[in-house]
Amino acid sequence: MAAEAIPWSEEKAVFRTCPVTGLKVDLAAERLIIANAVAAVVFLLIGGIFALLLALTRWQVIHLLPPDWFYRILTAHGIDMLVAWIVFFEIAGLYFGGAVMLNARLVRPSLAWLAFALMIVGSVLINVIVLMGKADVMFTAYVPLKAHPVFYLGYILFAVGALLALGLFFATIVVAKAEKRYEGSLPLVVYGLVTAAIIAAYTLLSGALALVPAFFWSLGLLPNYDPGFYRNLFWSFGHPAQQINLAAMVAIWYALAAITTGATPLNEKLSRFAFILYILFINLGSAHHLLVDPGPGFAWKVTNTSYAMYLAVLGSMIHAFSVPAAMEVALRRQGYRRGLLEWLRKAPWREPGFSALVISIVIFGWIGGVTGVTIGTEQINMLAHNTLRVPGHFHATVVAGTTLAFMGLTYYLIPLIFRRELKLKRWATWQPYIFGLGMALVSIGFIAAGIQGVARRHWDITFAQAPFPATIPGTVHLALAVLGIGALIAVVGGAMFLIIVLVSVFTGKRQEARGLLLVVTPSSPPEPSTSAEEGEEGLRPKGTFVLVLAFLTFFAAYYLSNWWLLGRTWFVR
Amino acid sequence: MLAPPRIWWKPLDRLERSWLTIAFVWCIFLTAMMPIWFFLGRQNVPATTYRVSPEEYQQRVADFIEQYQVGTEKGVPVVAPPPGDVFLLARQWQWYPILQLKKGQTYRLHVSSIDIQHGFSIQPLNLNFMVLPGYDYVITLTPTQSGEFSLVCNEYCGIAHHLMVSKLIVTD
Repeated sequence: MAAEAIPWSEEKAVFRTCPVTGLKVDLAAERLIIANAVAAVVFLLIGGIFALLLALTRWQVIHLLPPDWFYRILTAHGIDMLVAWIVFFEIAGLYFGGAVMLNARLVRPSLAWLAFALMIVGSVLINVIVLMGKADVMFTAYVPLKAHPVFYLGYILFAVGALLALGLFFATIVVAKAEKRYEGSLPLVVYGLVTAAIIAAYTLLSGALALVPAFFWSLGLLPNYDPGFYRNLFWSFGHPAQQINLAAMVAIWYALAAITTGATPLNEKLSRFAFILYILFINLGSAHHLLVDPGPGFAWKVTNTSYAMYLAVLGSMIHAFSVPAAMEVALRRQGYRRGLLEWLRKAPWREPGFSALVISIVIFGWIGGVTGVTIGTEQINMLAHNTLRVPGHFHATVVAGTTLAFMGLTYYLIPLIFRRELKLKRWATWQPYIFGLGMALVSIGFIAAGIQGVARRHWDITFAQAPFPATIPGTVHLALAVLGIGALIAVVGGAMFLIIVLVSVFTGKRQEARGLLLVVTPSSPPEPSTSAEEGEEGLRPKGTFVLVLAFLTFFAAYYLSNWWLLGRTWFVR
Repeated sequence: MLAPPRIWWKPLDRLERSWLTIAFVWCIFLTAMMPIWFFLGRQNVPATTYRVSPEEYQQRVADFIEQYQVGTEKGVPVVAPPPGDVFLLARQWQWYPILQLKKGQTYRLHVSSIDIQHGFSIQPLNLNFMVLPGYDYVITLTPTQSGEFSLVCNEYCGIAHHLMVSKLIVTD
């Protein structure tokens, strides 16, 4: 009865059945996933070229771009990477999770194409107006620094398109339930994607709240726009936008763990609870950007910057245990039970999805997470605000963490969704390592320079042409050289990814997928050894427990050393 | 990846429970550090802010310079005020005036912008604050070292952002 009551069920959907997973794939959803994923990869390519130009400018020995082009390209790089690449890929991921993984049809594909068109028009408008030199305002476009109205219009069109796509995703899940396409609870991966979509909905609404007035103000229709108020609204969009990535990335971590090691979540209750912590608390993170702003007081800043007692951080720390622990248990089941870490040594390190997952977790947590919590501490932020420690933090989270996880998943979409054979498999084995190494160096270079006070978004930190000299420590040059070299390595890794994807999609044999794994062939389980622990005890994730304790030790050391640094500076109140 | 079994609400494993407890205690510690430092630490984020229009602020800075100017360097007045209220103005692409402070004395340093947003950054000390037009931010500052420090703008403020640098002199 419920199914008939829903008018959309008139729509016709054509399905194929995936031979590997047995899932029914809605062909309209499949085409939209391909379109959004291709758009994402194109913006990754554009943003990646910009990244190379920027890194070669910050590397003082080369100092490639003139100042106007540095600021211009930096604006475009931020938007293409943080908004276009990420959100297009997330929309592809949402259609995959909402339709394909639930055996369901995507509701209203025509509206999904409209959403896609709006997002394309928006991001192209922004790129054109920025490259024309009419909007050298950075990703943040802080009022009253004014850009051409088309710049804000592009942002707004993109946000409207993305909101429409989110609505379709929610509707798809509701309709799937009503039409009984799946039974029981949502799979954890889809649950994580719903989390990302809920965060995305209020994030994009905040973006509209910030940017619609800015659009009218740029047209001269709104005389005044308070800069402090704009900052608050903008960061309700800017920071949560990266939390969408976080939730989507964690969902993909669970997916990659399942694909590459056959892992199943150890405790659905705990993992789902961690996602709920994200929904409830993570939007408070906007305050990270306002910690040294005039206006808000101590209580406001502390409540918000701590995500209300770091409960969203707790969510991440739960996932940081649950994902590797699920893999450990899966690998122990396969027979690798010796000692604490045999499972880790014998893991499928040549499988790109596995290495991408591990590197993503390690750099995201050890570099991105630790530095993020530290510089987001109210008082410590005085040492970090607007220095290179900030891009150091988010290149570890968004680029090494999210982007690498997305890259890892893309390899599996090629046989499953594009239905092409994956080419250049040896390259695919190496790619996550090269990209991960490069991005680790980039982040460390940024952070090392930032700790010494080097400003972000700055064309020439040597102040060669400035009226007053500014002496900078020589070690800054070393840090920036590490950044430059890391960027070159990461660009090689990024180019390898793009080449693998393009070669596979255009020249790969058209075929149905044969198995989930791409490189590694499922091996026969090892001989049960006499020293191996028996029974349930041998299956418990003890290795992961030791690894997370090591992580916490490193976290505490970095965090406390920053308080020590703060205690040595001038008295300020 | 696939749907969980019908009943997935099960108790936590011992290791899971331990990690959850440790992580939660750590989160409480992270939260507690900020109020603890607020009461015991000597480096806290200033919270005093006044509304001010750019014209008013410009006038206040002009009066302040007239009262305490001791010299000029590269066209920028150098000001040596007594402890108390001192004023600094940010604009594209200059800090105005140059301040000469005394080590160990406490100043109420007002900063505001008369055009767009700027970033107040003392280097190589590395103390950073935002400077917004319309907001008079009062930083109660006690230098504990003497010497010449650079004052850098670290919020992007247009094409000559990288030229916006000045100095802060602290005498013994």
